[in-house]
Amino acid sequence: MQVTKTTTLGETVALNEPLAPASSQQHGKVQVSHGTGRRWPLSRWLTLLTFAVLLALPVLLAVLDNSFLLTLVSRCMIYGIAAISLNLILGYGGMLSLGHAAFFGIGAYVVGITAQNFMYGTALMEWPFELAASNDAIVVWPVAILLSALAALLIGAISLRTSGVYFLMLTLAFAQMIYFIFVSLDQYGGDDGMNLMSRNTLLGLDLDNDLTFYYVCFGCLLLIYLLVQRLIAARFGMVLRGCKQNEQRMQAMGFPTYRYRLMAFALAGAGAGLAGALIGNQMEYVSPNLLHWKMSGELMVMVLLGGLGTLLGPLWGAFAFLLVEDVLSGITEHWMLFFGPFLILVVLFAKGGIYGYLIRKEQP
Amino acid sequence: MILFLEQLLNGLQFGVMLFLMASGLTLVFGIMNLVNLAHGSFYMIGAFVAAAIVASSGSFVLGLLGALLATAILGIAVEMLIFRVLYKRDHLEQILATFGIILFCNEAVQVIWGKTPLFFDIPAALSGSVELLPGLNYPLFRIGVIGVGIVVAIFLYLLINRTRLGMAIRAGSSDREMIAALGVNIKLLYSLVFGLGALLAALAGVMAGPILSVESGMGESILILTFVVIVIGGIGSIKGALAGAVLVGVVDTLGRAFMPELMRMALSGGAADSMGAALSSILIYLLMAVVLIFRPRGLFNASH
Repeated sequence: MQVTKTTTLGETVALNEPLAPASSQQHGKVQVSHGTGRRWPLSRWLTLLTFAVLLALPVLLAVLDNSFLLTLVSRCMIYGIAAISLNLILGYGGMLSLGHAAFFGIGAYVVGITAQNFMYGTALMEWPFELAASNDAIVVWPVAILLSALAALLIGAISLRTSGVYFLMLTLAFAQMIYFIFVSLDQYGGDDGMNLMSRNTLLGLDLDNDLTFYYVCFGCLLLIYLLVQRLIAARFGMVLRGCKQNEQRMQAMGFPTYRYRLMAFALAGAGAGLAGALIGNQMEYVSPNLLHWKMSGELMVMVLLGGLGTLLGPLWGAFAFLLVEDVLSGITEHWMLFFGPFLILVVLFAKGGIYGYLIRKEQP
Repeated sequence: MILFLEQLLNGLQFGVMLFLMASGLTLVFGIMNLVNLAHGSFYMIGAFVAAAIVASSGSFVLGLLGALLATAILGIAVEMLIFRVLYKRDHLEQILATFGIILFCNEAVQVIWGKTPLFFDIPAALSGSVELLPGLNYPLFRIGVIGVGIVVAIFLYLLINRTRLGMAIRAGSSDREMIAALGVNIKLLYSLVFGLGALLAALAGVMAGPILSVESGMGESILILTFVVIVIGGIGSIKGALAGAVLVGVVDTLGRAFMPELMRMALSGGAADSMGAALSSILIYLLMAVVLIFRPRGLFNASH
């Protein structure tokens, strides 16, 4: 048995990690590594490489004069943000949410609805006070984030009363509910969704320029990545990961686990809201498909494909998913025919995703 | 009043179809602890196979039997190939693998049968309607659907409570390892239960065929409603599946039929219509939320 006389939370959680060999534990220090990766210099190296490539990519693409790829990579980064936020609850919190697309869609619809009202010069609402629509991302995006977080807070508050499969089905059902609400919004396109006239502006920056938009996405991604990294290493993340392993034990230690998990759920919703606001801008088109439960499933696939419960995994997963989709759908219209079995094979045989595969290879 | 009764019967008929889906799903979940998103795919495949056979042979009975047989065999094959490995995995991996199966099946039926929805007619013997009450003519086919549902419910009740196989199923849902230790062939039992679930889903699909259109992706909309049903009823309980299915079927149908009118009393014109449409499609989710607030493990919880 390992030492149990611990004083800080960090130690206790680290000691309780089931797979960790005792010798590799740094006693008295909070471990910052994730998943199976015990040697964090490698993960930091991979992180640096990933972000450096993303930072330099537009230069390379400008030389190649390939604007299509620039858009595709922006898209990948946006889905990466959504996947990273889902991973916060799925991978670190162990909460099986099949409703993440709802928050993604709410973020997108905030952008769409304000854009349409801005275009027509109509007020967003007239009661209880008149609210004019804005087109500046500095206003619209935080609202998108806030509303998504609020929706997540409400849905989480009810869903987290249950656990396991009940939680899964509740999140799915609430997401469907929001999906149907947006489908019934006839003034905002109903089933068909709506086209945006242009992207938001950001403090005078013209986001209609694909390169500018690329770097805005990059900035958001980096911000979310760092936020989640800090969050996971902090006491909050420790409690969250502790809850995944054994919630009762965390309760016995005196943590109000419900509140911690709810907060994580709301934060994940906020992240998805930001991603939604970005995707609305990127496509200049918002439709209920963004909230469809298949989107939730796809986000889940991205997380697992890249590496569940790792920082970098979900980002890679998003890239892998969208690039595979792009390549396969270029070859055949029926690309799902190959992607479905591929997914089954990944689940059955490739535990740990891409990230886990790389880390395992590095280990002796 | 007549309209209300008719909608009530429609709700019952929809509930019966949900019950056929839910009973299989809840058994698979209760016994194997497996989250199967692909259950709707069996429903879809059942409908497609039946439509194809009916189109080529003209016989509804042949189509029904062919669809049931094909789907049960497919179910058992999929169980042996994929699900056996998944039982030991966690729910997340089960979700993703079955999600992969959905993607594959939806695309496969499009490749085989094309993108346009298929239709098959109600069999001639069941195509009329009967006068249940003065002024209430109800289609015979829908009465038949309700009848099939009642027969299946009785059959499942007898199977689970009165037979040796049922005993093994009940024992399996409370302690898997123990009944394996007692010498029950658990692998065979699992395959049989899975095949039965697939067969019931296909039965629902065949009956839905003449009422709804047979198209790729038809399995998902009913799948999510089925989830709502078994969450309301309590996972693992056939009784709960029946109660939940009838409840959801009736509430959903009545909501869609009368909610817009109710809204029109309170609101004006366009706002009432869109509000009514929105409310009627989210009604069952609200129902589920309310049930879960008071009974977090559903109305009838079998497992504990």
